Amino acid sequence: MSDTSQDTPHVPGPSLWPIGFAIGVACLLLGLVISWIVAAIGAVLAVVFGLLWARDVTRDVRDEVPEIEPETRAVADTAAAASAPDAAPAPLPTYTRSRFLEASTIGLGAAIGAIVTVPVLGFMVLPSFTNLEESEADLGPIDNFPEGTFVIASYLANPTAGEVSRRTAFVRNNGPAESGEPSFTILYSRCVHLGCPVQPNGPIDEDARKEVNGVELRPVLAQSFGCPCHGGLYDAEGNRQAGPPVRSMDRYAFSIKDGRLVLGELFAVGSVSGSGASASISRYPWSTPGTHVDGIEAWLYPIVPSQVTG
Amino acid sequence: MAAKSKKDLLVENAILAPLDWVDERTAAVRGTKWFLFRNVPRDISWAQTLGSAALTAFIVMAVTGVILAMYYEPSATIDPVSGKSVAYTSIESITNELTLGWLVRGMHRWGASVFIILLFLHMGRVFLFGAYKYPRELTWITGVLILAMGMLMGFTGYLLPWDQTAYWATVVGINLNGTAPFAGPWLAQFLAGGPEIGSDALAKFYALHMLAIPGALIALIGVHIYLVTRLGVSSPPWSGEAAGRERPAVEPAGARAGLVRGSGGGD
Ligand code: HEM
Ligand code: FES
Repeated sequence: MSDTSQDTPHVPGPSLWPIGFAIGVACLLLGLVISWIVAAIGAVLAVVFGLLWARDVTRDVRDEVPEIEPETRAVADTAAAASAPDAAPAPLPTYTRSRFLEASTIGLGAAIGAIVTVPVLGFMVLPSFTNLEESEADLGPIDNFPEGTFVIASYLANPTAGEVSRRTAFVRNNGPAESGEPSFTILYSRCVHLGCPVQPNGPIDEDARKEVNGVELRPVLAQSFGCPCHGGLYDAEGNRQAGPPVRSMDRYAFSIKDGRLVLGELFAVGSVSGSGASASISRYPWSTPGTHVDGIEAWLYPIVPSQVTG
Repeated sequence: MAAKSKKDLLVENAILAPLDWVDERTAAVRGTKWFLFRNVPRDISWAQTLGSAALTAFIVMAVTGVILAMYYEPSATIDPVSGKSVAYTSIESITNELTLGWLVRGMHRWGASVFIILLFLHMGRVFLFGAYKYPRELTWITGVLILAMGMLMGFTGYLLPWDQTAYWATVVGINLNGTAPFAGPWLAQFLAGGPEIGSDALAKFYALHMLAIPGALIALIGVHIYLVTRLGVSSPPWSGEAAGRERPAVEPAGARAGLVRGSGGGD
């Protein structure tokens, strides 16, 4: 059936240049729509690969005929095998057209798959990690914070998101530090066990409640804080007294601008010794509740995304 | 064989011929027989029905879940009329206003616990009977994945009513994931979806709960049950019958119904 004399290659061997040429042309057309840089890249690709392709195709004409091994197929020809039982099997070709087609189909499929999947996965994951900056909260004049008592300061970080964005801090004016600078202890209300809202253990003076540009201020008589979820208990410096929390309560950095108390970034605290203005605080970058920031366990969390999960 | 009665002819033309027509093109009838008419060990008991019970519970969850999705709205925005979130308001209306909504919601909510309990009982039975051993290792492994997916269903579903319990339990759950070494904090941030656990987290949990995880679960259950059918149910460890012993040939299941062409034998 098969006339082998006609099955000799009469075309150049497999070549990748046409593919590059096609990509170049596609890029050029796309560039016409989106930007001239892309168009220029496309044009360069098309010209380079076009020339390479042309060089390949015109090789015979230019008389430098390369030694091309004839293509062979490993088809079991039973008749032929029967007629010539002693014939040694032809060596298998190392790179046949079908293998080239197979590889290019898989390769192109993978490339197309990646082009489609990567941005989609990116959209699934990245919004959780980007554009998370929150504006600094202005808690109003520092006169609103009587020395030595905690004030519960509560505000919405993102009013359009509603109550879920409520941030609460326990702010204590420590009076001036040795240096004469004002000193504040500002504990973040979220439990460093697993993030529940920690409550001050003491009566809230509702009559002294104030509202300063969207921030609610309520003085409270408390020397400890308790968590409703699993019984975590903290002292007035935010050190763990009981229960499952693994570090001291998170704190806010602060600054005083025009006599107003402004909350800065949130940071994690390993532990606090001393108290008030003279406390020494082992400060670490903010970390997810429940993660250690000091000791050997902290090695388990080498890189932590820097945002507060609610 | 005696001449066919009128009834036989009718059956043949109205039922069997069309079935044959379908079977010839799809192997659907042979496949169904392969799946349903299997030999099982003589000494199996109620313990071996726990897998099917779990399957039934899963089907109940799937059906009631689809119907709940017709009335539930996954939005954390405040409803101007009720002053509560839209999600919570829709849950309230399913429970208190819509006819029979309480029943379907109850089936879905209690069914969730039933499903997980049945998974554990089934797993316990498989473990105690040693049925996870060769050649059923992959059945066990797909089972473990099913259990993990089942618990993820519970975790993602719990947030949806968007009430205080749901919200804070989910905060705790997300942060609990956050304590896993290395990747934990990243996973927690991904689940929280932003600087606070809000609308985006609710929508994300809803999509996972009703699309992604059930899809994975259905595929895994398919593989699991294919493996159970292919490998057969194992004899209990105290069984007197040697495993794999040939038993006297029986008339192929379905042969009497005339469903079988040629070989017969559903297994
Ligand atoms: C949606 C959940 C599941 C469904 C619908 C399901 C379904 C089934 C069914 C119908 C059987 C037939 C025998 C029997 O019921 O005991 C079976 C067997 C089996 N299941 Fe599951 N199963 C589920 C979860 C699991 C889990 C969580 C495990 C363990 C990790 C597991 C491991 C196995 C094993 C090893 C067998 C073979 C037992 C034997 O051949 O005796 N399955 N499963
Ligand atoms: S979240 Fe506060 S003790 Fe667990």
